[in-house]
Amino acid sequence: MADKVLYAMYDDDDVLKDGAKKLVAKGVRIAEVFSPFPIHGIDPIIGVKQTRLGIMSFIYGLTGLTLATIGMRYFMIDDWPMNIGGKPNGTYLENMLAFIPITFEFTVLCAAHGMSITYLLRNKTLPGMKADNPDPRTTDDKFVMELRLSENAQFSEDELQAMLKETGIIELDQKELK
Amino acid sequence: MHKESAIREPLILGHKTYHDITDDVCKPIEDKAPKMWYVLFTIAAIIGLYGVGTILYLLGTGIGVWGLNKTVGWAWDITNFVWWVGIGHAGTLISAVLLLFRQKWRMAINRSAEAMTIFAVFMAGLFPLIHMGRIWMAYWVLPLPNQFGSLWVNFNSPLLWDVFAISTYLSVSVVFWYIGLIPDFATLRDRVKNPLSKKMYTLMAFGWSGRAKHWNRFELVSLVLAGVATPLVFSVHSIVSFDFATSVIPGWHTTIFPPYFVAGAVFSGFAMVQTLMLVMRKAMHLEAYIHTRHVEYMNIVIMVTGSIVGVAYLTELFVSWYSGVEYESYAFINRFSGPYWWAYWSMMTCNVISPQLMWFKKLRRSLLFTFIISIVVNIGMWFERFVIIVTSIHRDYLPSSWSMFYPTHIDIGIFVGTIGLFFVFFLLFARFFPVLPLNELKTILKSSGESYKNQSDDHAHGHESNNH
Repeated sequence: MADKVLYAMYDDDDVLKDGAKKLVAKGVRIAEVFSPFPIHGIDPIIGVKQTRLGIMSFIYGLTGLTLATIGMRYFMIDDWPMNIGGKPNGTYLENMLAFIPITFEFTVLCAAHGMSITYLLRNKTLPGMKADNPDPRTTDDKFVMELRLSENAQFSEDELQAMLKETGIIELDQKELK
Repeated sequence: MHKESAIREPLILGHKTYHDITDDVCKPIEDKAPKMWYVLFTIAAIIGLYGVGTILYLLGTGIGVWGLNKTVGWAWDITNFVWWVGIGHAGTLISAVLLLFRQKWRMAINRSAEAMTIFAVFMAGLFPLIHMGRIWMAYWVLPLPNQFGSLWVNFNSPLLWDVFAISTYLSVSVVFWYIGLIPDFATLRDRVKNPLSKKMYTLMAFGWSGRAKHWNRFELVSLVLAGVATPLVFSVHSIVSFDFATSVIPGWHTTIFPPYFVAGAVFSGFAMVQTLMLVMRKAMHLEAYIHTRHVEYMNIVIMVTGSIVGVAYLTELFVSWYSGVEYESYAFINRFSGPYWWAYWSMMTCNVISPQLMWFKKLRRSLLFTFIISIVVNIGMWFERFVIIVTSIHRDYLPSSWSMFYPTHIDIGIFVGTIGLFFVFFLLFARFFPVLPLNELKTILKSSGESYKNQSDDHAHGHESNNH
């Protein structure tokens, strides 16, 4: 589907945020914002929902906790109970105090790595991936707002450009998408 | 937006813009390395190679080449292990605990402190590995099915807890560090001219583009990682202390060990951060980002943790007397008046007295003084571990087996070698990686940068009223 994209460049995060607010109030949909650092408060304006990675991390942590518990119960209680210095292992509950450190470490291990891997996969940021920021300066000190014509069908291209120019942009670029 | 009181010293000095921050951090990477870098790198590499040589000799011959004997079965090896792990505690503490407490000043130092953490934990991990003698059997510490039955590892043993703690700590620290590095590698990727560097940074940046959703996830991931890394920091050194505390050796069998070790670890870690940062800020011209205010804050942490360590030393002495157990009392009398008195008193001077000087504002804001104290503290912390380990075991229950520990040149070579290797890694990091977190520094420029703070209030309000 052919589409046209407008890239409006700003040199200040607050100017971009004010501009975005004004555009959204007029009913413009902002497809994306590229910035060199997180712009606090931009997400609700352009409609980016809070990520659910935190919940994922909790689930990964629970998985780790369960695996560690099952594992140590199997190794130390069921499969090969050890009798060290005349002190038998007994039941899982009797022995659990000694298992707490590893249970904790394994929970943290799974929560941290599970979440980080999910994060990289969801972002599609993996070794060898190609970057698609519209301008190399957006990783330095410039901020780019992306508008798609197809998502803003109620406005003509000229109207959109005029509205963007009122928001204090420093450059305006466009690209045809195939 | 975050607001900071006008009377607070700005965190970023000078009239910087976003672009200046990028320039200041990327310049040392893009420019040719100064001569001094090559000199230091060569020295560190030679020392490191010597260390590798001594390690290979040890592996080929057996750990009998260390100065250990029947009575003193642990000495420099475990001392060095605990020392390096302790140093490795500052990085994650700075980036995780201080992130949770919203301490913005950490942003100037967290990247290099985390790098230091990772390299220090590498060095720490070497010691238990080579202590196994047959390093190719190292996988035996993992609960893997085997042809013995399966015979599993002993999950009741603090030494095994250590295996899990250190490997979790190392891998989580690496991930935490790298996730923060990705956006900064993207900045470098979009800047560098040299095609080889461009290729490398493109690979390492993982295709980061700085989309709003990605930043949203980035901030949450950093926060959650900080949340799980915080108890991890405390657990790791607690578990290291269990190696000793769960034994029945007088001098080791102490319930205050976990908090005491954690405080000691933070103490020595911050000292190492000071040593490295004070040199780095000068060499890489980062004085605008790491300045007296940061040094002062770190010195306060050193002073507080140093005092905790001091209280722990005195508590140990008091309890050994108050317990009425003669073996326990003797272990401590022997510590301060026995043949290793010099180690005990070096430890006391370096760790208890020297950080107290930080009560004086003039001293804790003096960079030269800080540098000297930071080295003194690390010497003191090495002696602390030596004192705990060697003086507790060199005179055991049977006077006929009392002995002394004398390091061989292999002991010394491996220890000095790890210092060399550590600096090899750190120098490589400082040469090729962004040593300050660009993306994080840019977020505090408007709240803590000098030019923005000094703007008249009405100017700032104009911005403020438009923000949430």
